[in-house]
Amino acid sequence: MTRQYELVYLVSPDATDEQVQGLHTQVEDIVSRMGGQLDKTENWGRRKLAYEIGPHKEATYVLAVISGTGELMKELDRRFRVSDRVLRHLVVRVDVETRVIDRTRTRRKAGSERRRVARGLPPERQPGEGPRIEEVEDTGFDGAEV
Amino acid sequence: MREKTGRSGSGGGRGGGRSGGRGGEKKDPQRRTLFRRRKVCKFCADKIDDINYKDVKLLSPFVPERGKILPRRISGTCAMHQRKLQTALKRARQLALVPYVTE
Repeated sequence: MTRQYELVYLVSPDATDEQVQGLHTQVEDIVSRMGGQLDKTENWGRRKLAYEIGPHKEATYVLAVISGTGELMKELDRRFRVSDRVLRHLVVRVDVETRVIDRTRTRRKAGSERRRVARGLPPERQPGEGPRIEEVEDTGFDGAEV
Repeated sequence: MREKTGRSGSGGGRGGGRSGGRGGEKKDPQRRTLFRRRKVCKFCADKIDDINYKDVKLLSPFVPERGKILPRRISGTCAMHQRKLQTALKRARQLALVPYVTE
């Protein structure tokens, strides 16, 4: 039973780039050993933390998208729990969500195309058609209104 | 002409024959006239399907100063999206992308 998971972990800012890289190869190792597959990795670099974790105010974020079994993720989770260089980690299953999102997107697209064709328009929105979408930086929601 | 000031104009045709009423419901018609921006769910309006915990820029307007999750009666978010927003924010909190509390 392979499923897709997202793994995000925060490496302590004291760790060097090599150590971060080493941690990543460890992850790769475990994944390949337990019959998983690494779909994507992203290094977000150093980010400021929203709150202090122990003495640290920033950390290196690494994201890995992994297809594999629950056992694999359990093993990874265990490793990260033990590791003291990893401040935080989070494993989230994503395959169901992405499927749902894809479906709603395709459905919406199909619906709008159908309606456009019914109105005698080409299925895709033409450039310069309809109300212009304002190119305002999206801060429209200021939260504090009651 | 010596009506109470609060209830002038707003009600329109309704409540015309109510002369003896005194005090009672003076607050309600006045409230109606106050301008209030129509609240729409941001995610429905902008057709954002994916409320992701990694997207801090999307989530941050729903975290006020104090760090609490903005209630839906204020933000106007619909129930489904508020639920998704909630899980996303809680995940983001675990990863220190969004604060639990701020003093």
